Amino acid sequence: MKKSFLYISVLTLLLSKASIAQDDVYPAAKQSKKTAITNATVHVGNGNVIENGTIVFDNGKITYAGAAAGAPSAETTIDAKGKHVYPGIILPASNLGLQEISGVRGSTDVNEIGELNPSVRSIVAYKAESIVTNTIRANGILFAHVAPGGQLIAGQSSVVQLDAWNWEDAAYKADNGMHFYMPSLLARPGGGRFAALLALLGPQQSADPVKAALDRIEGVKAFFRQAKAYHQKDAGKEINLKFEATKALFEKKQKFFIHCSQVKQMLIAIDFVKEFGFDVVVVGAGESWQIADLLKQNNISVILTQEHNLPTLDDDDVDQPYKSATFLQKAGVLYCLNDDDPQNRGRNLVFNAGTAAAYGLGKEEALKAITSNAAKVLGIDDRTGTIEVGKDANIVISEGDILDMKSSIVTNAFIQGRSISLQSKHTQLFERYKHKYGIK
Amino acid sequence: MRRLKLLFSGLLFASLLQAQETFQVNGVGDKRDGCYAFTNATIVKDAQTTLTNATLVIRDGKIVSVGNGVAIPKDAVVVDCKDKYIYPSFIDIFSDYGMPQAQRQQGGGGFNFNAPAQLTSNQKGAYGWNQALKSDVQAYKIFTADEARAKPLRDMGFGTVLTHQKDGILRGTGSVVTLANDADNFLVVKEKAATHLSFNKGTSGQSYPGSLMGTIALLRQTYLDAQWYKTNPAAAGLQGDGVNISLKYFNDQQSLPQIFDPADRAGTDFWNIIRADRVGDEFGVQYILKATGKEYQRIKEVAATKAPLIVGLNFPAAMDVEDPNDARLVSLADMKNWELAPTNPAAIEKAGISFVLTSADLRDARTFMTNLRKAMENGLSEKAAMEALTKTPATWLGVYDKVGSIDNGKLANFVITTGPVFAERTTLLQNWVQGKKYAVNESAWTSVTGLYTLTTNGAKGTNTYSVDVKSSSSATVIAKDTVTATFSYDGKAVKFSFAPERRSRNIIRFSGFNNGGDWNGMAEDAEGNRMTWTAKLNSIKPDTATARTRPTPPNRIGKTMYPFTAYGTDSTLPAPGTYLVKNATVWTSEKEGKLEGTDVLVKGGKIARIGKNLSDASATVIDGTGKHLTAGIIDEHSHIASASTNEGAQSVTSEVRMQDNLDPDDINIYRQLSGGVTTSHILHGSANTIGGQTQLIKLRWGVNDEELKFKNWDPFIKFALGENVKRTSSTSNNRFPDTRMGVEQVLTDAFNRAVAYEKAMKADPKGTRRDLELDALVEIMNKQRFITCHSYVQSEITATMRVAEKFGFRINTFTHILEGYKVADKMKAHGAAASTFSDWWAYKVEVTDAIPYNAYIMNKVGLTVAINSDDAEMARRLNQEAAKSVKYGGMSEEEALKMVTINPAKMLHVDDRVGSIKAGKDADLVLWSDHPLSIYAKAEKTMVDGTIYFDREKDAAMRKQVLAERTRLIGKMVGEKRGGRPTMPATPSYKYVHTCLDHSHKLGMLEIEAEEETHGDNQ
Repeated sequence: MKKSFLYISVLTLLLSKASIAQDDVYPAAKQSKKTAITNATVHVGNGNVIENGTIVFDNGKITYAGAAAGAPSAETTIDAKGKHVYPGIILPASNLGLQEISGVRGSTDVNEIGELNPSVRSIVAYKAESIVTNTIRANGILFAHVAPGGQLIAGQSSVVQLDAWNWEDAAYKADNGMHFYMPSLLARPGGGRFAALLALLGPQQSADPVKAALDRIEGVKAFFRQAKAYHQKDAGKEINLKFEATKALFEKKQKFFIHCSQVKQMLIAIDFVKEFGFDVVVVGAGESWQIADLLKQNNISVILTQEHNLPTLDDDDVDQPYKSATFLQKAGVLYCLNDDDPQNRGRNLVFNAGTAAAYGLGKEEALKAITSNAAKVLGIDDRTGTIEVGKDANIVISEGDILDMKSSIVTNAFIQGRSISLQSKHTQLFERYKHKYGIK
Repeated sequence: MRRLKLLFSGLLFASLLQAQETFQVNGVGDKRDGCYAFTNATIVKDAQTTLTNATLVIRDGKIVSVGNGVAIPKDAVVVDCKDKYIYPSFIDIFSDYGMPQAQRQQGGGGFNFNAPAQLTSNQKGAYGWNQALKSDVQAYKIFTADEARAKPLRDMGFGTVLTHQKDGILRGTGSVVTLANDADNFLVVKEKAATHLSFNKGTSGQSYPGSLMGTIALLRQTYLDAQWYKTNPAAAGLQGDGVNISLKYFNDQQSLPQIFDPADRAGTDFWNIIRADRVGDEFGVQYILKATGKEYQRIKEVAATKAPLIVGLNFPAAMDVEDPNDARLVSLADMKNWELAPTNPAAIEKAGISFVLTSADLRDARTFMTNLRKAMENGLSEKAAMEALTKTPATWLGVYDKVGSIDNGKLANFVITTGPVFAERTTLLQNWVQGKKYAVNESAWTSVTGLYTLTTNGAKGTNTYSVDVKSSSSATVIAKDTVTATFSYDGKAVKFSFAPERRSRNIIRFSGFNNGGDWNGMAEDAEGNRMTWTAKLNSIKPDTATARTRPTPPNRIGKTMYPFTAYGTDSTLPAPGTYLVKNATVWTSEKEGKLEGTDVLVKGGKIARIGKNLSDASATVIDGTGKHLTAGIIDEHSHIASASTNEGAQSVTSEVRMQDNLDPDDINIYRQLSGGVTTSHILHGSANTIGGQTQLIKLRWGVNDEELKFKNWDPFIKFALGENVKRTSSTSNNRFPDTRMGVEQVLTDAFNRAVAYEKAMKADPKGTRRDLELDALVEIMNKQRFITCHSYVQSEITATMRVAEKFGFRINTFTHILEGYKVADKMKAHGAAASTFSDWWAYKVEVTDAIPYNAYIMNKVGLTVAINSDDAEMARRLNQEAAKSVKYGGMSEEEALKMVTINPAKMLHVDDRVGSIKAGKDADLVLWSDHPLSIYAKAEKTMVDGTIYFDREKDAAMRKQVLAERTRLIGKMVGEKRGGRPTMPATPSYKYVHTCLDHSHKLGMLEIEAEEETHGDNQ
């Protein structure tokens, strides 16, 4: 069996270490040897596939990716015959490292108090050694975009690489995004429990909720107008931390991530392109398939909510969420796929892409949607997202098609050339109980 | 014009109260006979009998005589009713007229998620245990006339109502009262005319019941308790209940008509009416049911209840769907309901169901006649409407001797109209209740249309004009020019103004009265000159303003659907066929394993043969080349197709039954068929240690709730352990248990009680109170009912097995069981099966040791292992979830597939019929486009009992039909708006979703977590 390789390495590791916490899963040391991966089916991440390809990387960077003939020599070689090689996969919107267990308040650093927190930064609370992280990267996910949650302007996000001792090591692109959670523009129904709750909240809640939401959105715009004016002021002004925090956004060094899913919300999102010139990314965007061309026209990119969702309405195509990505792809929108499932914390991202592949995207397009497209959306495409010379050596090797669970078995992964451990609390508990029952 | 004078003389004293024998009089006595004769009228005595040119005589509030050639008493005030119609006034059987608003008690009211549960009743006194059982409420004791509410009812034509307090599950008795404005003593026609029930606990703050099925369970137990209380002398003693006023009243009320309102509940669907009827059927009670308004959707099922119905006329208004973004979120079902709701009364009449009409649901009383006419345009007959508003309700309530027709000796309750009562141009003039007149629209009594000569007389001399009065609100004046006047006439007073010359500013304002046909009054011109005026009628002209007939546009109406949602069928339901699947890769889930290039013949709903080169002339051939055939997927843990999921108000609720609230219209049935699911085990939630009884269903899309059930299966029940049952996420839990130590005690105590109960029942079956909660536990101990137990950590798993062993039974299945891998050996020794998630974890503390290798290890140790969904979305990818065990651990593909086919069948005791491809078994089959464990595999056809319920090609065609029907209805609604008819804002079709509240369910844009009032411990 092909899998024996994995199991033997796991067993070796575990026989030497008795612990079942994951504390002995160490971040890897810097790449020291020039490494080649040979005989591989290389999925470049830009739509291309190199059959029988060779990849060479050195000092954390890819120095060769192409046919076996003409490949430079290396100090270590991994024979990937029969296997598939992919760029490191990117989880594009997550609370990884901010939340350990959703049911435990003390383990959660996601939502800050207040509706205008542009200066709040997720990276400073990021827990590099989260128990969740190792389970995710074992499925080939090597990067995550960690965003704060909340109401209206929730703060700034960062992209982290998932093999780090601490948050400063983890930061791959710090403070790359500002997050705006747009209020719902749907009136909620009366009756039932909801009515009882409303009654408890008092009469002020009975005002038109859509109007109230629009007013709040207007408040956000007003804030940015004042921020813009603030930036025109001379030096020596009194520092306003909230305004200061928007500087990178106006300079387009940071993207503006708007979390919303309704068509009307996304139409309003266009305002932030038109009035403020922001680089807007819509996150969630469940209904974006209906206005894909408008998003394209306004250069708005999309982080699409997971495929593994139910349709919005009974009347919808039962497979609508599986197909939504193809609408964006056909319209030429820059989009990527996500896995926001709270019970798995992102590790099924590859399978969400697999579903999108099955329902219209095709395998290489689906792969792009979790690698190169994601890198572009997050502004890290100069360094990662494809297996191309000059990029960081962020590489995943799988026994078979990584998008299909029956063959998606990751055997090796490299972040910036470092060969990272694929062990996790899960593999350790697996070994412990195989031991108990004498399972070979 | 003499008759007008008579009319108004009656008015003057109408508000005086009648004298009462035992009451003191303050002032001069004024006893009157109140004798009136209404002559020359068309009298509709009842729906069958119409008299023309007839006379009605009333005296003392009662009808004395009616007919042609009836003698007019000398002391009668004669009212000439030429051209007028007289009808018995209407009866509304579903009113809360004159009832005080039920008050929420302290600590009660809407559920507060942060407050502790209210475990006992707040009602002081020797009442029953549950605050929602308000059988002690007696309408006649709390009734008081309320003119502000009586008038709108009278203006609609009602004279009598059955009123009750709409609060609680048992609502006590209702009284028949009239809508007269008099001393309350005179108004009560029948003190206790009916008793009332509902599915809504109303102002009760008590946590139980928190769900629809809990409400049904409470009703069921109450019937049993009442019977026990009545027949068993010991029941009222200290060993029983003591005095129980609630049960006593309930027993007293059993001889009355039983009126059940199944619709008074948020999220009421079509099925509530069927559910309510079944409660009655169990106890030999035929309820009169308040219709939900959706009876037309499955009229056959409604007729089968044999229940008389109280039918509302509250038809939804068209929505404003001009904004396509708003229209997008309105479902086809909601739009079709708008179109078809007005056909509901006609559908009920056509089905031969006895029914009455009510105005109870109308927000605006004025829409009563409009909507009634709409119902008639849609096929409701006039005769049926008449009966439904008069004789039928009176008969049901046993008051037809007093009201409901115009006959001697009955109350003088009638209306006088200008024409046939339901006609659009007819105006209701007066409503007489108990012999007293209440004006409704008297201005229309006499037509004032015609040509008048208007003469003004002032300082500037006399002027004469000709006035053409066209209606009570329009007139033109012929002076120097012909000008339009501003005109209004209210039956007595007239006001008008005009300028004799066109474009002149000299407007003359007139004010006066109609004095028996001639008008007299004062006027003033723009210069302040005052004058007197008179107007005399020259000639009468027909009322031109109302004579116009409006052409009715042809009303094209869509068909109902089964189920009533998109992807339902509007024709007959699909039927089992004979199919031959040729040359497929057949995954048998049997010892034969995977068979390449194999044929499977389906006949009579069963798998007939499996083999190579099969043929059958009668079969429809399905080419399986390159495709894969598997048994239908079985989901051991599902919460779809049900109207409520958790009855979490108590730690032991084994009396509640999922089968009481199945919802066969849930779109998730269809969606899951598209993922190859054919059988689902519908579980109670995990809010309490001993939850409710479960229901196994087959996903037969389009059938009714009864036909959805998996026939002849061993009944199961849901148990739960750990964080959910100890309400970990609540900061103020006051419900025992709060720890896993307590959970073990809840189990031990419950079975300890069950042992004692069984013993008592055997010793004294008549004297022992039947306890449905303990019945279910006795069934468990006797291996007649089996447990699927929500569980996570190893300590609780072991503890529960030990409790079961102590009482001599076993836990059939541990569901979720994410730490099953730690105690797989113990589970094997105990004999439990395991049904788990493939890879969920880290959403709460008890799942931090959950690993995706769990299924693999448990399978290796030798347990029967299934992968379940507990999630309407994941359920349609269960084949892929099973495939994850190939990835996590390296399970063989065939073993992995068994985890969603034969293994769950085994743990549900139905592996003799489903779960594998074997001759003789039910033809529950899925044809996949690809390897069934692959993410690229799509279910192309899904078959249940040999019937294809999902077909990918047909699905594509149905999508087009859905779009076409939506487009038609949107066009029709937009037409309503443009035609100036009332519309309401587009309302998104929100859905209440039911989850087991175990994990953070990701809600869609239109989804609302529906878990009722039991707990807020989400996640």
